[in-house]
Amino acid sequence: MEIVHVYTKKRNEFGRQCNFSDRPAELHVDILPDPSLASNFIERDPCDIPIQCTQEMSEHEVNTERFESDTRGINHVEGGWPKDVNPQEMEQTIRFRKKVEKDEHYFSTIMQLGSNMEHCIKQNNAINIYQEYFEEEEVVEESEEQPSAKTINVFRDPNEIKRTATCLSWHPDGSCKLAVAYSSLGFQNISPDMSYDSYIWDIESPNKPEMTLKPVSLLVCLEYNPKDSHILVGGSYNGQIAYWDTRKGSQPVEMSTIEHSHRDPVYKVIWLQSKTGTDTFSASTDGQVLWWDIRKMSEPTERLVLDPNKKGNLDNALGAISLEFETTMPTKFMVGTEQGLVVSCNRKAKTPAEKIVCTYSGHHGPIYALQRNPFFPKNFLTVADWTARIWSEDIKESSIMWTKYHMAYLSDGCWSPVRPSVFFTVKMDGTLDVWDFLFKQNDPTLSLKVCDEALYSLRVQDNGRFLACGSQLGTATLLEISPGLCTLQRNEKALATAMFERETKREKILEARHREMRLKERSRSEQSKDEDTKEGDGEESVEELATRTEAEFYEIVEAELKKRAKEQEKKFLFDIRCQGCIHLEGAGEEVRILFQIYSRMTQLTIE
Amino acid sequence: MSAEVEETLKRIQTHKGVIGTIVVNAEGNTTLITSTKVDYAGLLHQLTMKARSTVRDLDPQNDLTFLRIRSKKHEIMVAPDKEYLLIVIQNPSE
Repeated sequence: MEIVHVYTKKRNEFGRQCNFSDRPAELHVDILPDPSLASNFIERDPCDIPIQCTQEMSEHEVNTERFESDTRGINHVEGGWPKDVNPQEMEQTIRFRKKVEKDEHYFSTIMQLGSNMEHCIKQNNAINIYQEYFEEEEVVEESEEQPSAKTINVFRDPNEIKRTATCLSWHPDGSCKLAVAYSSLGFQNISPDMSYDSYIWDIESPNKPEMTLKPVSLLVCLEYNPKDSHILVGGSYNGQIAYWDTRKGSQPVEMSTIEHSHRDPVYKVIWLQSKTGTDTFSASTDGQVLWWDIRKMSEPTERLVLDPNKKGNLDNALGAISLEFETTMPTKFMVGTEQGLVVSCNRKAKTPAEKIVCTYSGHHGPIYALQRNPFFPKNFLTVADWTARIWSEDIKESSIMWTKYHMAYLSDGCWSPVRPSVFFTVKMDGTLDVWDFLFKQNDPTLSLKVCDEALYSLRVQDNGRFLACGSQLGTATLLEISPGLCTLQRNEKALATAMFERETKREKILEARHREMRLKERSRSEQSKDEDTKEGDGEESVEELATRTEAEFYEIVEAELKKRAKEQEKKFLFDIRCQGCIHLEGAGEEVRILFQIYSRMTQLTIE
Repeated sequence: MSAEVEETLKRIQTHKGVIGTIVVNAEGNTTLITSTKVDYAGLLHQLTMKARSTVRDLDPQNDLTFLRIRSKKHEIMVAPDKEYLLIVIQNPSE
């Protein structure tokens, strides 16, 4: 239906003012109902119409300010006596008691309560209601649950200027307290307002630390004495060692003298096994390992310089970053250095030269964590640069197992004290990895992002269930891991033993082959040296060597090019393992040649 | 009358495993101590009050009839009343 209105206006009337006038209503359109349209529709029966009649509400959220609450208890010892009775006077109390006993109400009550009570007593005597009926069928439920970890508590650094939580130590009995050492490891990053305090936290109260430790300089590491849980020893940024007694307050009981301490920050301090329980030793990047008796801190009892040439020369010394000591092997200890070497030492050696037994190389950066496996002391874990490696004491050339190279730097790691195949590592991107090498070897079993900033330290509690990690902003996070990761599985020890043995054997075989190859090369170069009488005493100069290899190279390249012209595409892939570090795949002949030359050059220059 | 009371209490005490019996009145002082420490009285009185108020908070028409605390070493049983408490410490048979 089209309704069209046409308005007309003369052109010479445009722009004129409008004169409105009234006129009566006019009916323009009248649309009558058309019943035939109803056939397009179907009546709907029933109709579902929701209606709601409620009050209009709006949602608001409010968060109150933190309310500090404290728990107090009162013990009611004696009291409730009526005013006229003096509790001290025996007579009065007895009189009162007698009076009460005569009361009618008392009788009836006691009779009634008495019968109730008797019923329960007899019940108890008849049967033990808490008896375990199905004890033997303790179902060893292989928890099919996913391994998981849950954050329980977060302890933040209460100071304005946040420092890194560099070291954590659990209280030796019961593990209800955690000592955290705060320091700033950045070079010259310490501002004058930075507080030097380190704290001992009670796990249950994350709002306020239980106790403060006030050292003279920032504490880099802190350890509880496993024998006496009141004593802690700490190594500080200025090289001094101090020890605290928690019963005596926040100031250190005694500090080592500056002249005899380390010259660099003390990165690790460990308690030793001794009769008096007062021996510790400390390591620092100045290249020394010092032994102390805390009763006499004026001088170290022993000193070791980590000189790989075994001459005790401090200039050559390697800086130590981590220490390892296992109470089951009290004469041996290991030091992890900044240069990436692990040095194994014997404490009981007579001369300083014999103290350093052997070194293990293989890492590219400072070794931040070093720990023996609590179940297999011959194998130890090192965490450095971008990998974590597991070593066997007998194989000195390389580690027996290693993780892949990660994207972030690994900063700390430790074994689980309850499962021989589980270890934990933390990375600089704030993630915690739980590795179980019997389950999966390429990737961590569980990878958890704990916080956004870098994690610097990690410590597992002795029951293997809780672990604490410290971050760059001083936040210590307490995590609980799922029971599957902290209960010993059925054949775990046997499987872990088998795995370690297998890997050790493999490395031994590789080591032997390497040695053979080197021997062959050596004998070959010896022969060629004998033939070259021009060389004189056998010390080739580098230039002559270079020209000779260059000439050989070009010869070989030409020969190969000719061969190639004859052959069609022949691509083959191969592995070359060069000194255990570089792992390459190459295609084509030239790569092979270059590596032949390279390996030959390195062989000769080593000699 | 008091003889009956005495008899009842004595009977309770001679049951197997019973270590001690206490009767506490509403103010919390003990009227009858037999070979147990006074500590129990005050503490258990408070605990019973708390338990009773909890039961009544959950259902106002409910009331506490009996309270049993089982610990590693023994079991403490408290029979409450409006004015008195009868407490018995028993070593249940294992």
